[in-house]
Amino acid sequence: MQVTGTVLTTRQVDAYHALTVVAPGIAERFRPGHFVAVAVGGSGTSMLTRRAFSIHDVKPDYGGTVEFVFAVNGPGTAWLAERRARDTLDLVGPLGRPFPLPRDPVTCVMVGDEYGSAVLFAVADALQRRGCRVDFVLGGASAGRVFGAMRARRMAETTTLTTEDGSLGMRGRVTDALPGVIADVRADAVYASGPMETLRGVTAVAVEFDIPVQAAVEERMACGIGVCMTCVLPVIGDDGITRMVRSCVEGPVFRGERVRFDDVGTIPFDALGAPGGGSRNAG
Amino acid sequence: MPVDMRTYLGHVELANPVVTAAGCAGSGSELAQFFDLGRIGAVTTRSITMAPRAGRPTPRMAETPSGLLNAVGLQGPGVDAFLARELPWLAQRNVRTVVSIGGGTVAEYTALARRLNDAPGVTAVEVNLSCPNIEDRGRVFARDGGASAEVIASVRAVMRYDVPVVAKLSPDTADIVSVARACVDGGADALSMINNPLGMSIDTETMLPALAAGTGGLSGPAIRPLAVRCVWQVRTALPGVPIIGMGGVLTGRDAFELILAGACVVAVGTALFHDPYACTRVLRELEELVAARGYQRLADVIGLAHRPPGAAARHRTDFEESSL
Repeated sequence: MQVTGTVLTTRQVDAYHALTVVAPGIAERFRPGHFVAVAVGGSGTSMLTRRAFSIHDVKPDYGGTVEFVFAVNGPGTAWLAERRARDTLDLVGPLGRPFPLPRDPVTCVMVGDEYGSAVLFAVADALQRRGCRVDFVLGGASAGRVFGAMRARRMAETTTLTTEDGSLGMRGRVTDALPGVIADVRADAVYASGPMETLRGVTAVAVEFDIPVQAAVEERMACGIGVCMTCVLPVIGDDGITRMVRSCVEGPVFRGERVRFDDVGTIPFDALGAPGGGSRNAG
Repeated sequence: MPVDMRTYLGHVELANPVVTAAGCAGSGSELAQFFDLGRIGAVTTRSITMAPRAGRPTPRMAETPSGLLNAVGLQGPGVDAFLARELPWLAQRNVRTVVSIGGGTVAEYTALARRLNDAPGVTAVEVNLSCPNIEDRGRVFARDGGASAEVIASVRAVMRYDVPVVAKLSPDTADIVSVARACVDGGADALSMINNPLGMSIDTETMLPALAAGTGGLSGPAIRPLAVRCVWQVRTALPGVPIIGMGGVLTGRDAFELILAGACVVAVGTALFHDPYACTRVLRELEELVAARGYQRLADVIGLAHRPPGAAARHRTDFEESSL
């Protein structure tokens, strides 16, 4: 649904910005993993595409608020960073397929890179309510780019931090720390969010340990509702056939081992309908 | 007083002139979560091809000032899956459906038309002529009147008589009027314009093209003046041919502009990416605008900008009153 929400609070979290918006309709339908598509630039803007952000948190205040986290990397996000309390924002949501949750109380490792971590806290809450043990591995390029370390420390059994420059926690990437954490806590499942390259690495580690991984992808979208066909990536279906699927409606959460991370940005030759007519082209 | 918004595409009556543009409404079901598809004139499908198509690699989209570059590459399930799932879904809900078709050869267009012929729920067929012609070194059909007319004539020949065939024209041609005339001579019942002109954007960070395909189709308000010009010129040359106008319609005002230029149906495309309710909003705004100008029928304002300067507009209720 579309909501014109009022900005309740804005905060800067190190290198990132977080906006809390009053949007009752979205908050009450929210499940962990959902995202919102935000119109930027105000009315009469020259920026036509919505920006998609995972929902970091929902709260019951004022009938329901949603909070999302972003980094400024263009004119659209720069405009968002200038929003102040009482400004209005046009949101469509909640969108996407949320994270599936295990039926049994298992041990889960949450892996977040950069502001991708934001989506994981609501999942971790839901997992803990089901009696799951939760451990965090969070990383970023530098200390200021690791999101949510404090909150992770408060809620998780263990929290491992990594930075590429060594300014916080271990020097390296989340994928360097992950095998040790999985082995130590005897993890049953991995929940991951972050840039495509990180998800590729996390999935490779999970496959090594033969445990399932749920990965929330960050693919550029124009609409977020499944009509523009620009956010596709190659995913292997239940029938073994690779299809170019939309990360907004079939995702953004995928089973990591189903996503052909090495082929993202290409049309694999054996994908359904690939040019040149692979063996699986019908008709 | 409510405005009579009915309009005609050939002999087919549409309840109102607002339709979705090809490739901007997914399979229909995505937008149905937001509004009742039966409330708009018609839904235009993405261009249906014979075989499933995976489309182009990503990135497929780049935002440009007041516009959007896209190179999706006609990703779609192919005609079999379309007829098995998507068309019946629309037909069951009594949604008027304009089926867009795309092919690489005249034979492929003809085969598609033959498949659609006995399918229930096809209100009209829109022939996407901006597809590379495999038999002519990949030059798109729409560039050339002869090639376009050949496709239209073969589709018209196999399509049931009561299903209008619409030729979708591209502005990327030397003379859109001559292509339009060739299509009408070939049997097109209506014309739709404009398809996306080709554009390109280069990322100055990576110093590479922003789209994986290099070039892409430009859409959005950036191309609206181009669309108005094309509709105007074709309406001037072929005043009797119904025109579906599209290109950067965001508001009712924009739709009204195309209608004044001569379109009897207006398609909303890129606006749907920004506002899922764009079609119903454009329709409401258009109706208010027509009423505010003193008209009770949409038919009375189609092509009205073509009247000689200073000429009184006909059928205006306030004029009739002032003539006393």
